[in-house]
Amino acid sequence: MSAPVVALRNVTRRFGSVVANDDVTLEIAPGEIHALVGENGAGKTTAMRVLYGILPPHAGHIEIDGHTVRIARPQDAIRLGLGMVHQHFMLVEPMTVAENLTLGHEPAAAFGAYRAGAAQRAVEELSRRYGLAVDPRARIRTLSVGAQQRVEILKALHHGARVLILDEPTAVLAPQEVDELFRVLRGLAAHGTSIVLITHKLAEVRAIADRVTVMRAGRVVGGGALTSLTHDAIAELMVGRAMAPLVVERTPGVEGVRLEVNDLEVFDARGLAAVRGVSFTVRGGEILGLAGVEGNGQHELIECLAGLVHARGGTVRIDGRDAPRGTRARFAAGLAHVPADRHRRGMIEPMTLAENLILGLERDPALGRGPGLDPAALARHARALLEAYDVRPPDPRARAGALSGGNQQKLVMARELSRNAGVMLVAHPTRGVDLGATAFIHRRLIAARNSGRAVLLVSSELSEILALSDRVMVIFDGRIVFESTARATDERELGHYMTGGAGATA
Amino acid sequence: MSARPRLATALEIAAPIVAVGLALAAGGAFILAAGEDPFAIYALIFRQCFGTGYGLGQTLFKATPLIFTGLAVAIGFRGGLFNIGVEGQLYLGGLAAALAAVALAHTPAPVPLLGALVAAALAGAGWGAIPGVLKARFGAHEVINTIMMNFVAFSLVAFVGRRVFEIATVRTLQIPAAAELPRFDVWLPALRGSPANVALILAVLLALAVGYLMFRTRFGYAIRAVGFNPGAAEYGGIAIGRTQTITLAISGAVAGLGGVNFVLGYKHFFELGFSAGAGFLGIAVALIGRNHPLGVIVAALFFGALSYGGLVINQRVPKELVEMLTALVILFAIAVQQVMERAARSLR
Repeated sequence: MSAPVVALRNVTRRFGSVVANDDVTLEIAPGEIHALVGENGAGKTTAMRVLYGILPPHAGHIEIDGHTVRIARPQDAIRLGLGMVHQHFMLVEPMTVAENLTLGHEPAAAFGAYRAGAAQRAVEELSRRYGLAVDPRARIRTLSVGAQQRVEILKALHHGARVLILDEPTAVLAPQEVDELFRVLRGLAAHGTSIVLITHKLAEVRAIADRVTVMRAGRVVGGGALTSLTHDAIAELMVGRAMAPLVVERTPGVEGVRLEVNDLEVFDARGLAAVRGVSFTVRGGEILGLAGVEGNGQHELIECLAGLVHARGGTVRIDGRDAPRGTRARFAAGLAHVPADRHRRGMIEPMTLAENLILGLERDPALGRGPGLDPAALARHARALLEAYDVRPPDPRARAGALSGGNQQKLVMARELSRNAGVMLVAHPTRGVDLGATAFIHRRLIAARNSGRAVLLVSSELSEILALSDRVMVIFDGRIVFESTARATDERELGHYMTGGAGATA
Repeated sequence: MSARPRLATALEIAAPIVAVGLALAAGGAFILAAGEDPFAIYALIFRQCFGTGYGLGQTLFKATPLIFTGLAVAIGFRGGLFNIGVEGQLYLGGLAAALAAVALAHTPAPVPLLGALVAAALAGAGWGAIPGVLKARFGAHEVINTIMMNFVAFSLVAFVGRRVFEIATVRTLQIPAAAELPRFDVWLPALRGSPANVALILAVLLALAVGYLMFRTRFGYAIRAVGFNPGAAEYGGIAIGRTQTITLAISGAVAGLGGVNFVLGYKHFFELGFSAGAGFLGIAVALIGRNHPLGVIVAALFFGALSYGGLVINQRVPKELVEMLTALVILFAIAVQQVMERAARSLR
C-alpha cells in the first residue's frame, strides 16, 4: 500500500468514564475506498468526528501526507482536504444547489451582488468532471434524498476535499440510488480521491470497498484488503463471536385471516393519490413482506392501516370486524404498530424508558387508579419488558434518547409486542440497527408469527423481507404489482418489479 | 442511573443557579459604576427582604402571584405551548373574583370566597382556551393569539369598567368580608404590616397539584407527550388539538387564580392595572424554575425579593438597577441554559 494520505495514530477519546476510541490507528491510502465497519456504538463515528475536528482527541494525533497536523475545528479539516457527508444533510433547503455550494464564499460582483451565473458554471464544471448529475438551479427541497446527497458530495469536492468521509450514506437511499452512489464513489476513487465509508452493512462493503477496518467497543479489532477477508470473518470481528445463522424455526400451518384490506385508497400529505386500490389479506401465523422503493405508497398504506390517516376509499377489517377510526381505537381492536421512523413517531426521546413503554397504553387501568398513574406500576411494567427484550441499560428511569439505535428499536418492539395484538404493522424494524439487535428483532418477529399473529412487514432490505416473510408483495406507484411466496422469488425478481419493470402495471 | 447521566442532571439543575450568579456579578458592575459597593447593596437587599418580618412578608406577597403565573407558563411549556397571555388571564381572573364576590355578598360564609375562586379560575381558563381552540381548529399560532388576547383583556376591562366600577374611580366595589383571604399577620405578628396572605398557601398547594397532574396522571403524561413529540403522541392515540386546548385552559385557570392574591388577599377590590407585569414576569419565573413546580416556587421567591428589593435600595441606587438585574437574570438564564444543556446532552 502507498503512503497514507490520512492517518489516525493511537487516538483515544473518552466521554466521561466511557472510552469511545481506545488507541485507534487507521490509515487511508490515496484513491482507495476504505470501509469502516462495526456495530452501533463501536466508535466509528467518534473516530471520524475526531478526524474532522469536531471532537478533540484525549491522546494520539492525526497525520496528513505523513505530517502531524492539529485539527481543532472542521474548518481546519476542510482546509487540509477532508470532506464529510453527514447522515443528516447540512443544506439550506430553500436555496439552490449553486447557492448551497458557494455558501460562505459567494462569487460577488460590484456592490456585493451575487453572481448566480458564475456559481452555476462552477457547479456545472464540477458535476461534469466527477460525473455527478445535479441541476445547479434546482432548489434543495425539490430534490430527492439521493440528489441531496450528491449535492453534499459536490460541496465537499468544491471545498477541495481529497478525502471524503461518508457516514452511513446508504441508510437513506433506495436500492437504485445506492447503485448510483457507488458508481459516483468509484469514479471519485479513480480520480484519486480517498473515500471513507462508515457502514454496518457487509453487503455494501463487499460491493464497493478496497480495504476494510473493523471496530468493536472502541478498538480496531482487525481489517485488511477485502480480498483477504470473508463475509463471515468480518461479521465475526464485528460482533466478537461467530454469527449464528438466522434460525428461522417456523411452525407450519396458517390460521384464519386477521387483516383484510380491500380496494384501499389513501392520499398523501399533498392530497395526491398515494395508495391506489390495494387489496390483500394477512393470516394469523403469517408474515407478509411488502417490498418497494421508498415513496411508492407503503408509508401512506401503513399510516392509514394504523389509523393515523383516513382512507379515501376501501375497507380495512381486523379479525373480521371493520377497523374503527383513530389510532387508539385500532390499538384496542387488536393492532400494534412499529413505525418506520422511531424518532418522529415511535418514541419520545426526552422521556424515560418507563414512560416510553406506556405510549398508547397510558389509559390502561392496570397502570394506576382513576386519573392517576402509579410510578411503581410503571417501573414494574418497564423492568419486565426491558429484561425480556434485552434493552440496555435496563434502567426504567434512563432517557430513551440516551440509548443506542438498536436498543431504541428494541424498546419500541417491546412496547408493541406487549400489546398482544393479533395484527402487527412493522415498518423498517432494523433500520440503523446493529447486527446483534437485528438478529434479536428478527427472532422476535418470527416468534410473534409462530404464536399466531399476522405480521405486515415493510422493509427496504430485500434480504430481510425474503428471510422473514412467508409471502411477498411488491408495491409500485401505489399498486400491488407482484405477489409470490417468499420461497418462489428472489431479490432480482423483486427488484425488477420494484423499479416498475415489465409485467408491472405502471 | 450511572454516573454520567447523574452528572448531566446535576448540570441541568445547576444552570439557573449559575445564571443567577452571573447576573448578580454583572449587576454588581453596574452598581459599582453607580458609585456604590455592590456587596453592601446586595447585603442590604437580602437583609431587607428576608431579615425582617415585614420585609419577608413583602417578599412573600410579591412572590405569590409569580408562583401562579410561573406555574401557568410552565404548564404551557410542558405541553409545547408558549402562553404569553398569562398577563391577561391573571387580570381577568382578578376582575372575575371581585365581581363574583360582590355578587355573592349576601350568601352565607364560604360561598362568596369559593365563588370568587371558581370565577377567577373560570375566567382565566376561558381566556386561555380561546387561543387553544384557534390553534387546534385552525392551526393559528398560540404565541400571536395569546399576546393579542392580552390587549383584548386590557381593553375589555376598561370597557366594562364604566359599568362595574365605583363612580369616578378605577376600582370595583369592596368585596364582602366573607370572600377575603386572611393576612398572615393575623396569626404571625412578626409579619405585621405586610400584605402576605393565604393566597400564598393556595399557590403552594396549586404547585403540588400541578406537579401531580404533570408527573403522576394519565392526562399529564399526554400533555408532556404532546409537548415533547407531537408525532409520537399522535401515533400513540393522543388527540393533539384537544390536549393542547385543555393545556391552555388549565394554564389560564392557574393564571386567573393568581388574581386573588391582590383582590381577595390585599386590596379587597379589583383595581385597573393591578397585574402590573406579574404575568409577563411569570415567563422568567418558569424559565429559571425549569418548568418544574418546585423550581417555580424558588424562582418566584427570588423575583419577588428582587421586586421588593428594588423599592428598598431606591434611596442609594436607582431602582431601575434592580429591574435591570431582573433582565440580566433572564438573559443569562437563556445563555447559560443553552451551554449547560449542550454539555449535559454530550454526557448522556
